Amino acid sequence: MSDTATGHAHAHQFESLEQQREADVLGMWTFLATEVLFFGGLIMCYTFARYHFPQAFEAASHRLYVGYGGPNTAILLCSSFTMALAVRAAQLGRQKALVRFLIATIVFGLGFLVVKGFEYHTDYVEELVPRFHFHWDGDQAGHAEIFFWLYFVLTGLHAVHVTIGVIILSVVAVMASRGKLAGEKHITAEITGLYWHFVDIVWVFLFPLLYLIGHR
Amino acid sequence: MSSPAHTVVSVKSYTIIFVLLMVLLAATVGAAFIDLGRLNLAAAMAIAVIKAVLIIMFFMHVKYASRLTWVFAAAGFFWLAIMLIFTMTDYASRG
Repeated sequence: MSDTATGHAHAHQFESLEQQREADVLGMWTFLATEVLFFGGLIMCYTFARYHFPQAFEAASHRLYVGYGGPNTAILLCSSFTMALAVRAAQLGRQKALVRFLIATIVFGLGFLVVKGFEYHTDYVEELVPRFHFHWDGDQAGHAEIFFWLYFVLTGLHAVHVTIGVIILSVVAVMASRGKLAGEKHITAEITGLYWHFVDIVWVFLFPLLYLIGHR
Repeated sequence: MSSPAHTVVSVKSYTIIFVLLMVLLAATVGAAFIDLGRLNLAAAMAIAVIKAVLIIMFFMHVKYASRLTWVFAAAGFFWLAIMLIFTMTDYASRG
C-alpha cells in the first residue's frame, strides 16, 4: 500500500519504499556484474597475451601517449566527483544543483570522448591500427599488433559505454529539470550514478594496463 | 541497517575521496617511470584496486549499503578473479 500522505509512494509489488529502493540498487549491481564479466573476458585475453609476449607488449604500450591517457583519466575522475555530487543533490531534493552537476558530468564525459577522438586520429596517423593501417618496424610485429587489437577493442567498448552514459545522463538531466526526480524518484539519479562510476572503474584498470607498461 | 538512498555523504568526504583518487593517479603514472622489475605490475594493479575500492565504497555508496548489496557488488569481481587466477595458474604451470 502506498503512503500517499507523505508523498512517498511505492509500486504495488513491494512491501515498502525501502524494499523498492534496495531492489532498484540490486538490479543495477546485477547488471554491473555482467559488465564486469563482459570486460573481464577481454582482460583475460590481455593477461594471456601479455604473459606470452611481454617484450612486444611493453614496446607497443610505449607507442601510446600518457599525455592523452593521463589527462583523460583525470577527466573521468572529475566526472565521477560531479556525479557523486549530483546524486547527493538528488537525495537532498535540490533540483537545480542536481541539473547543474549532471550537466558538469555530461561535459566531462564529452571531453573524454573528444580527447579519445584526437588520440585515435594520432594512432591512425602513426599507423597503429591493426589490419587496417598498421606498420611496425621492430621485432614481433604480429605480437605488437595483438596489443593494438586489444587496445582498440577495450578502449572502443569503453568509449561506447561512455557514449551511452552521456545519453542516459542527458535524459536524466531533462527529467530532473522538469521536476520528475523529486521525492522517491531520486533513485533514478542514484542508479545512473552507479553505471557512470562503473565506467570510470573500467578506465582505472585500462589506463595502467594499456598506457603504463613500457616506460621503465 | 541503512539503505543507500538514506545515507547522505558530506561534500567534504566526497572531496577527500576525489583528492585521494587524483593523488593515486599521479602515483600510478610516477611508479610506471621507475624500474621496479616485476613489482611494476603489482604496484600498478595495487593502486588501481585501491582506486576502484574508493569509488565503490564511497561514490557508489556500498559502504553504507546492506549486506545483500555487498554480496551483489562483490559477485562479479569474485567470478572475474576465478577466471583470471585459474586460467593463469594453468598456463604458468605448463612448463
